[in-house]
Amino acid sequence: MTPIVVNGTPWNGPRGATVADLVVQWCASPRGIAVARNGDVIPKSSWETTPLAPGDRIEIVTAAAGG
Amino acid sequence: MDARTPHGDGTGGGSAAVTVDPLVIAGRPISSRLLLGTGGMASPDSLREALRESGAVMATVAVRRVDPTTRHSLVDLLAELGIEVLPNTAGCFTASEAILTAKLARDAFQTDWVKLEVIGDDRTLLPDIVELVAAAEALVDDGFVVLPYCADDPVAARRLEQTGCAAVMPLGSPIGSGLGIRNPHNIALIVEQAGVPVVLDAGIGTASDACLAMELGCDAVLVASAVTRARHPGLMARAMRDAVHAGRAAREAGRIPRRFHAEASSSFEGLIDR
Repeated sequence: MTPIVVNGTPWNGPRGATVADLVVQWCASPRGIAVARNGDVIPKSSWETTPLAPGDRIEIVTAAAGG
Repeated sequence: MDARTPHGDGTGGGSAAVTVDPLVIAGRPISSRLLLGTGGMASPDSLREALRESGAVMATVAVRRVDPTTRHSLVDLLAELGIEVLPNTAGCFTASEAILTAKLARDAFQTDWVKLEVIGDDRTLLPDIVELVAAAEALVDDGFVVLPYCADDPVAARRLEQTGCAAVMPLGSPIGSGLGIRNPHNIALIVEQAGVPVVLDAGIGTASDACLAMELGCDAVLVASAVTRARHPGLMARAMRDAVHAGRAAREAGRIPRRFHAEASSSFEGLIDR
């Protein structure tokens, strides 16, 4: 198990889960989505190859009405 | 078509169609001088109608955590309408927050453009010039096309332009206040000195405010609450579109000066004996 925090919520991922796995769980589509891990942007091209580590703080964001 | 000079001299005769120079930001022509903000919209359908009626080709969005419970995708809605996403760093109070938000937006929406908003006070939502300039410098350095929301302060606008921002976006009055343009003189001063496009952004309340912005010489306006929170957003979006056209045309037409006394429009010659 990989205990992390996603968008402020505790979450347990399977061992070896990657950012890509997380996005699939949280988002209907990867379109318009970006991810930060511990304050750094993980570019879309790196999602598949970035494993999650215990204690990671992840933010998954998208466009919302505003601005 | 003949392009008009800023002073409105057409080439050729009489009734040549007015061809307004397209808005160009960072070398890109943008076919609508009305930009729409999506904040405050009651529903996706309402937003869709407002966007259509506005004729906007670019709309701002905030960057927020995904909500797994929502079924609507703003990104998909804008794509469906062929409207470009202009991400906004709304909600950021520091340069580092704004920089991270801009980088997330760049990856999410595949655009280098960002409307940079760094606020200093959550009651007035007025910009923090210190954090704003710091963020602008860092983002320009990182290859972003930065459009900063700033105070109606000619010195602030000049400083932001000097950091390499692609436009300046002075407020008319606080975000969402509907107070219109509180300091038209300052807006005119910003227009006079600016070497980049000036987009009036924040505080527009109704169509006449948008029209005035264009008459003062702004290159474009950004409207959110005045449309999204109007009783009939679609109608107001249409009104804003017309107002921006009218204001721009009036500017190009060259208005009469303001006079302290009257200037008769009818000649005194040929009057009958009295």
